[in-house]
Amino acid sequence: MAKTVVEASHAVAEAVKLCKVEVCPMYPITPSTHIPETISEFVADGELKSAMINVESEHSAASAVVGAAAAGSRTFTATSSQGLALMFEILPITSGMRLPTVMAVANRALSAPISIWNDHSDAVSARDQGWIQLWVESSQEALDSVIQGYKISEDRKVQLPVMVCFDGFTLTHVFEPVDIPSQQKVDSFLPKFRASHVLDPKKPLTMGPIGFPNSFMHFKEQQQEAMINSIDVIKKANKEFGTAFGRKYGSGLVDLYKMGDAEYAVMGMGTLCGTARVAVDKLRKQGKKAGLIKLRSLRPFPKKELQSAIKNLNALAVIDRHISLGQEGPLFTDVRSAVYCNDITINSYIAGLGGRDITIKHFEKAFADLEAGKQKGEWLF
Amino acid sequence: MVLEEIRFHGRGGQGAVTSTQVLAIAAFKAGKYSQAFPNFGVERTGAPVESYVRISEKPINLRQQVYDPDYVIVLDSSLLDAVDVTKGLQKNGIVIVNTDKPKEQIKKKLGNYKIYSLNITKIALEVIGKPFVNIASLGAFCALNKAVPLKALDEAIEELFTARGKAKVAEFNKKAAKAVFEATK
Repeated sequence: MAKTVVEASHAVAEAVKLCKVEVCPMYPITPSTHIPETISEFVADGELKSAMINVESEHSAASAVVGAAAAGSRTFTATSSQGLALMFEILPITSGMRLPTVMAVANRALSAPISIWNDHSDAVSARDQGWIQLWVESSQEALDSVIQGYKISEDRKVQLPVMVCFDGFTLTHVFEPVDIPSQQKVDSFLPKFRASHVLDPKKPLTMGPIGFPNSFMHFKEQQQEAMINSIDVIKKANKEFGTAFGRKYGSGLVDLYKMGDAEYAVMGMGTLCGTARVAVDKLRKQGKKAGLIKLRSLRPFPKKELQSAIKNLNALAVIDRHISLGQEGPLFTDVRSAVYCNDITINSYIAGLGGRDITIKHFEKAFADLEAGKQKGEWLF
Repeated sequence: MVLEEIRFHGRGGQGAVTSTQVLAIAAFKAGKYSQAFPNFGVERTGAPVESYVRISEKPINLRQQVYDPDYVIVLDSSLLDAVDVTKGLQKNGIVIVNTDKPKEQIKKKLGNYKIYSLNITKIALEVIGKPFVNIASLGAFCALNKAVPLKALDEAIEELFTARGKAKVAEFNKKAAKAVFEATK
């Protein structure tokens, strides 16, 4: 298939089809709904041979993913907001049992007040549960990251679940040109899933048993080791994807835009990076040395890459689409911890909560603060 | 052609979102980059809705909402009393209104923009016997914006409807769009 104009959610479903996902337990929730809708069409039309399980809740969807992945299937589900919150109990079980899977999270604010609109509170709140998190900016990147996601997740050095996070409405409901790769190309990039351990009545084994105090910590140590291993695997998957499909996303971990000679930069995740690119272009035309650091991988957090990206900057503005209430923007906390020994001003901005738009003007203000040497921690409305 | 932004005003159920999808596909078929998205709200039948399209020569990175469109297309003239349809519209912006009122009367209401007052409902009824205006209105856009020719619109209609087994819907939408295209002066 060539480039065609489709909705981002449709593009994600196309990726699921191309990856020949075998089991899709689904419980639709706005704004992720178009993903299960499209997948069920593919299954009904015989385009995708997959067990589409209509479960009774997101908790069940996540649990069915665990069961099917343990039995050696390639699995997928999608959710948003409160749906992800209801899955929370199963998130550390999936990662703790070292089960490869990919889940698309159409990011939406957590209630209350009820909001169906975008922010990053759902997935960022789940960042400590052992899932790799890739944050994407465009429909194309959403499709490509699902394919890359399986490659990373199923790598024997990793064997961890992957969340592909894409902004609810701001991306999920956008129609734009997308290159849907051929089945043949995807097949040669992504071999059939072969699980390292499979639940099989003929060769019984126990998965996810109790971890007594003398072993539990070792499991966590291994998960952390797998996360650290995934740094190179994410980079490699992105690079190989580039060779096979002719496009890639920065290093796979971070995507730097006009950072070569930048003196000031903004940093964030998701669709806000697209608007930030336009703001950077505008400022560059005015002769200002502006740049953008798009964080693609929140977990694992690419400390070294960030340290090198910011080393020549005068100042950096971190835009969080979430707040750790009682502390600060979680991305800001992570960035400051990664670069604490660098002599650089880092400002924190909370923006775009519950569907509040993030505009070029917001970035212009952030850059103006940086240039004026103003040290800020504030909310952009 | 730099970036152009188009805002559609309709009522829930009129198909304003489908219009934007078709226009985005048409623009892409005409060799442009495009992006379409609805107003991210809670849709209810009959309530005022908005949807948007961006068209550009270059890939579109911008993800903010549309605030200062170059074009406004109003599918239901009763919205003129309910919604500020020219909000943020560029000074030399173009307004296409589906109405049975003459241009002067609409101009008096909306101000000094390039206004095209077209009875799209009447044309649709005459040509296809149904008051479907969402795709038909795109004929006016193609008449006014040379970047998206009628041929590209036809192809987009084919892609969206024929591919989904709705060849009949495609046929009458193409007819209606052509009639509106010809009526746009």
